[in-house]
Amino acid sequence: MRKILINFAHPAASRSKMNKALRQAIEGLDGVTLNDLYALYPDFLIDVEREQKLCEEHEVILFQHPFYWYSTPSIMKEWLDLVLQHGWAYGSQGKALHGKYFIQAITAGGDKSTYRRDGYNRFTIAELTSPFRATAKLCGMLWLPPFMVMGIHRGLAQDKISAYAEDYRRSLIALRDDRLDLTKIEDMSFLNSDLDSVIKEE
Amino acid sequence: MEQFLLQLFIFLTAAAIAVPVAKKLGLGSVLGYLIAGIVIGPYGLSLIEHVEDVMHFTEFGVVMMLFLVGLELKPSLLWQMRTPILGMGGMQVIATSILIAAVCLIYLPWQQALAVGLILSLSSTAIVLQTLREKGLMNTSGGRSIFSVLLFQDLAVIPMIALLPFLATVALHDDGHHHESHLVDISSLPGYMQACATLLAILSIFLLGKFASRPIFRAIAKTRVREIFVAAALGLVVGISLLMTVVGLSPALGAFLAGVVLADSEYRHELEGDLDPFKGLLLGIFFISIGASLNFAMIGSKIGLILGITAGLILLKALILVATGLIFKMEKKQRSLFAIALAQGGEFAFVLFQVSKSNGVLPSETIEPLISAVALSMFLAPVCFLVQEKLTSRKQGQETDERESDSIDRTGHKVILAGFGRMGTDLGRFLISAGIKPVILDYDAANVDVLRRFGFEVYYGDITRLDLLEAAGAAEAELLVITIRDAEKTRELVELAKKHYPHLKIVSSAADRTSTYELMDLGVEKIRRETFGSALALGKDVLDELGTHPYDSHRLMRIFRKMDEATLPVLYKMLKEGEDSYITMYQKHSEELEELMKLDLELEKEEIDKAWTAANPEG
Repeated sequence: MRKILINFAHPAASRSKMNKALRQAIEGLDGVTLNDLYALYPDFLIDVEREQKLCEEHEVILFQHPFYWYSTPSIMKEWLDLVLQHGWAYGSQGKALHGKYFIQAITAGGDKSTYRRDGYNRFTIAELTSPFRATAKLCGMLWLPPFMVMGIHRGLAQDKISAYAEDYRRSLIALRDDRLDLTKIEDMSFLNSDLDSVIKEE
Repeated sequence: MEQFLLQLFIFLTAAAIAVPVAKKLGLGSVLGYLIAGIVIGPYGLSLIEHVEDVMHFTEFGVVMMLFLVGLELKPSLLWQMRTPILGMGGMQVIATSILIAAVCLIYLPWQQALAVGLILSLSSTAIVLQTLREKGLMNTSGGRSIFSVLLFQDLAVIPMIALLPFLATVALHDDGHHHESHLVDISSLPGYMQACATLLAILSIFLLGKFASRPIFRAIAKTRVREIFVAAALGLVVGISLLMTVVGLSPALGAFLAGVVLADSEYRHELEGDLDPFKGLLLGIFFISIGASLNFAMIGSKIGLILGITAGLILLKALILVATGLIFKMEKKQRSLFAIALAQGGEFAFVLFQVSKSNGVLPSETIEPLISAVALSMFLAPVCFLVQEKLTSRKQGQETDERESDSIDRTGHKVILAGFGRMGTDLGRFLISAGIKPVILDYDAANVDVLRRFGFEVYYGDITRLDLLEAAGAAEAELLVITIRDAEKTRELVELAKKHYPHLKIVSSAADRTSTYELMDLGVEKIRRETFGSALALGKDVLDELGTHPYDSHRLMRIFRKMDEATLPVLYKMLKEGEDSYITMYQKHSEELEELMKLDLELEKEEIDKAWTAANPEG
């Protein structure tokens, strides 16, 4: 079983329906630890030691967050800045994260068509998340394409929301139980582009 | 009686006029006293008599000064600065003494030459420190070197006073025959007994300072009658002087030892504050009598000689100082400051010349031109400083300005923490953990005791007294933190500090809104209401417990605080304007609260709603 650490970063979590649904779908799952960064560090004073220990105890480090300004909420940047220390996460002695999985679960306002060269946002999600891909690489981690929820601004119907939540739950369980076809996923834009084809049934 | 009062009146008036004038001219108070003495002396207005007697009596000021020097000497500070003190100070004093003595050997027997060398090697602590402080040079590397040398000189005075009598060559006049004890004459005892008595006396000073002083002072402090404390402090110094005289040692040495022993006592500042005026007054009159005893007939006839000695003295001392600076690898600019600052003679020279005279070391014919030369060199010191400043500032344009490192050394900052009660304890702990060691003052003797046992630097005393504020270092301190609960005392302290130390930044806690307004009236920069922080922290806890997301409650708390701080001046203004109208205090209070709540509601909702509400950029 791969243990999964979810670093949850949402400054207004109580007002985000989507994130609430996603969170509820995976909370309490066996082998999944939910780490609410804004709740733990409202003053941004991150306990680096605790965070590093959590990372060491898990094999998958997942960041669940809204896509603010084509990036992450500020506390996640703070987390990266402080927790990924030289000599721990990178550098010749920094091997703590080697071989672990890096993955993002992102909720974005615009829908798929806007994140294209000819779309409203000009760049693709793959391009915009490339800094995290580079970060994962530097730390010797195995990067996986993000779990994407898009088009939130247009307002998602309740059944859509529930469907995403269920997909999220399925993905994490499959990842945890090693039933995800990782080589196949690497060629896809998102982890949940075509879930049925990448999850091996028991 | 009338005669005594008249004399006293003349001395005091002369000092009150001359010292402010001298200070205004940048000459320092020592020179002011000397001038006053010259004016009222036999060669001036000829207003005073029995100058010698006055001088004898006021010599006791020197004893007090050394007690205070001892009090300020912390063994830890000495140890920290041992290299510059022993190295630079030692080299300066020894080399200067030898060189001057060598020159004097041409005219004087060796004992006298050595005495003159030792006496003239000293510089004027009073003038130099005052000038450095005024010019803000205390914390430059040059300033610290100068301070080290002065410290060494102050210490060297003690063995000098003790050893000078052994250089006696001149037969004493009988009437000058000195203050051998009339109480107990131990000189009739056999030698080993005398030695024992001496050792016993020193030991008793040590034991008294170390163990007996604390309970005694605490008991006295409990009475809260200030005069008794002053009396005890005076009694201590007088008693020690007496004891030392009985065993044939210098009272100054004994007082100095007692001072050192008491240096880490919590009553240090209180003692300093109590004794300082006495010391100042006695020394002032002592310097006046020196001025009055200057023989101008002699000076006039030997003006060439005196000018020669003065020039020689300054040149010789500067030469040695430059050499010392070179050996200790000082930068060029600091070296010139170092050499100029310490080239004059010092006030200790007057004391030591007096000692030499009464012990038959030097004849007055030798002393008089020398004293005049020392005084003259001290008159010239401010001029020398000005010249040095002009020279280096002109060169500065070309040279790269060698500045001290930019890194902020928090340990170098001086902070006075007034009040170490419930609020002060945590504040003090926090500051200490952040590397700031405040000088802590509290008026509760029991409290002070406990805190000192935990290793805090706490002193006992009523901070609303100017002398204690001075003793705590208000002149050099950057910041005064007030955490006294008593609003009346807080106000008093703020007024005192604003008046006498306008440079001092003040931050203060306030018991409630009313005292906050009061402190705002006084122009205090930073005011924190005592319970406000805890109230908000508890408020956040409540929201958290009720299930609010911790980040939301954190932000609510921060927004509330920001708004409250912003509305405080507004409400303050309302209060000020409404002062004349006949509203009861109660109405005012509730109105204020209502106003506050209304503002809160509007602003908070707005701010929270704006945050992270993702408006659709696509429209």
